[in-house]
Amino acid sequence: MKKTALALLAVGTVAIAMEITGAGATFPQPIYTRWAAEFYKATGNKVNYQGIGSGGGIRQIINRTVDFGASDAPLTPEELNKHGLLQFPTVIGAVVMTYNIPELGKTVLNLDAKAVCDIYLGKIKKWNDPYLKQLNPNVNLPDRPIVVVHRSDGSGTTWIFTNWLSKTCPEWKEKVGFGTSVKWPTGVGGKGNPGVTNYVKRSQGGIGYVEYIYAKENNLPMARIKNREGVFVEPNIKTVQAAAAYAKWDKSKHFYQVLTDQPGKDTYPIAGATFILLAKDQPERSKKATTFFKWAYQNGDKYAEALHYIPMPSNVKNMIFEYWKENGVAP
Amino acid sequence: MEVVSSVKDRANSIKIRAGRVDKFVKVLLGFWALFVGLLFPLIVVLVLFKESKLAIDTFGLVKFLTNSNWDPVAENFGGLTMVVGTLISTFLAMLIATPVSIGIAIFITELAPKWLKPIISTAVELLAAIPSIIYGMWGFLVLAPVMGDKVEPWLQDKLGNLPIIGQLFSGTPTGIDVLTTSLVLSIMIIPFMAAVVRDSFNMVPAIMKESAYGLGATQWEVIRHVVIPYTASGIAGGLILATGRALGETMAVTFVAGNNPQIPKSLFDSFTTITVALANQFTEADTDIYLSSLYLLALLLFLVSFILLAIAKYMILRLEKRWKA
Repeated sequence: MKKTALALLAVGTVAIAMEITGAGATFPQPIYTRWAAEFYKATGNKVNYQGIGSGGGIRQIINRTVDFGASDAPLTPEELNKHGLLQFPTVIGAVVMTYNIPELGKTVLNLDAKAVCDIYLGKIKKWNDPYLKQLNPNVNLPDRPIVVVHRSDGSGTTWIFTNWLSKTCPEWKEKVGFGTSVKWPTGVGGKGNPGVTNYVKRSQGGIGYVEYIYAKENNLPMARIKNREGVFVEPNIKTVQAAAAYAKWDKSKHFYQVLTDQPGKDTYPIAGATFILLAKDQPERSKKATTFFKWAYQNGDKYAEALHYIPMPSNVKNMIFEYWKENGVAP
Repeated sequence: MEVVSSVKDRANSIKIRAGRVDKFVKVLLGFWALFVGLLFPLIVVLVLFKESKLAIDTFGLVKFLTNSNWDPVAENFGGLTMVVGTLISTFLAMLIATPVSIGIAIFITELAPKWLKPIISTAVELLAAIPSIIYGMWGFLVLAPVMGDKVEPWLQDKLGNLPIIGQLFSGTPTGIDVLTTSLVLSIMIIPFMAAVVRDSFNMVPAIMKESAYGLGATQWEVIRHVVIPYTASGIAGGLILATGRALGETMAVTFVAGNNPQIPKSLFDSFTTITVALANQFTEADTDIYLSSLYLLALLLFLVSFILLAIAKYMILRLEKRWKA
């Protein structure tokens, strides 16, 4: 009897500390988990995040079963208003083009939107295509068929990649469009970043798109991509953050902004933020979530960078704090 | 007198109690069997049906089944490519696995020296214990390169120019295709099939074989005319078990199939199956109709498995009848 009472007491004391639950996108899961661990050390509050996929995250916050949902692709203001949701970005990721051309050695490949678009439409079939030669004048591109690799599973990476192609290549927009998975005109599908990478590594002449983080950790070759201003830019923390800094974020549109094809000479063009969704009609639960993310914005950049995520620029962070206040969910 | 009656009473009461326990266990087990065997599949079907209703209402079952488009952006969904992919890969895997399994079973029961039997038996059974993701990784990292670089170009060279059959060997061999998938699948189902077939071979009465030998039959004739006909239903049972496994296999297939929703025209084309499409797309399906279409695919898989197994069961019954007659 005494033991039960003690146990109950113990449970009671633990329950005083806050517990925050969230679910959704898998792309930011490593950093959310890391932030959660550091947040727990600093404040004693627990964050339980489940990477069940963006689709699941959106459904769970619409059904109000979690304190916050997470999605790699932003919801449009109309969708957010329909379900009474709030939205803000947390960290930025980028998509890089990786390739397997043994003849290239250490030389970095240059690509632009038209080249990538035509390769993924199946119109450019060989590496020594005149258009690719024109982009890479000093490189001896081989007479080798291009093996096109894409993701087979639904993914935010595909969303960002196809969104960039839709913005920059009219034919792509008309024939394919963008989404977490699309009807691919050509190529084979690998599951996840490792699946795509393995297909590319295995086939000489392969090309695929993967997350920047994954490419960085595995030292994959990454092509320079021509941005809006006509400059070939390599993906790194500075060039991706530039995309977020130059972008026009709008609080009234719930930060609906896709960081593909953004202006700026030093901007890498295939980037995208990952987003948090909150329920507007449940301010108490949402405040728990903003407590965590405020802490993360203020103290979490170093953990994000260690994992190769790109933190939000500080002007955007301040905007998010204001956005919370305006909507009554500031911690 | 009294003593006798009391003993009788006790015996009676024990009998009654035993009867009650019997009844209780009967009801309990009966209910359990009913639940697992009948109610549970029924609940699954109902849930799948409920979740896929939106897709059925939007596209219509027949149109969904005959539509080879799978376009999440335009929200135009059809299951033809996945259903065909599932059937083709299962069929080819069975085509490869059946003779090999029967061969293994014949070797173990009839031909192998006594000391070798348990070794081979265990080795084959161990194959069944390997998790399917390991098969997938092995297929992708080891088998696919060999197929893509060596076996498939060779096949194309030898068979690619034949009329009709040549079409099956056209295209660029990559090793990520129907052929490699079917091979991996067949290796996965061989242990199940071989184990069942071996057990039924072992059940052939020695006296039958001996009398056949006595009549001057050769070893091959005994296997061909005594062992195999006697165990036809056992072989078919092994086939059913293996078909079920091949139909539902996901992890291994997703590694080597190429995951393309297209109807393969050659053995060297990439393709996809129902389970692979589900595993790949379920988590990120963001619209209601997308999710509902995936549920409809699951319902179709359920129906396809059910129909195939029903046909197989019917064939066993017919075989048994014929053998008895």
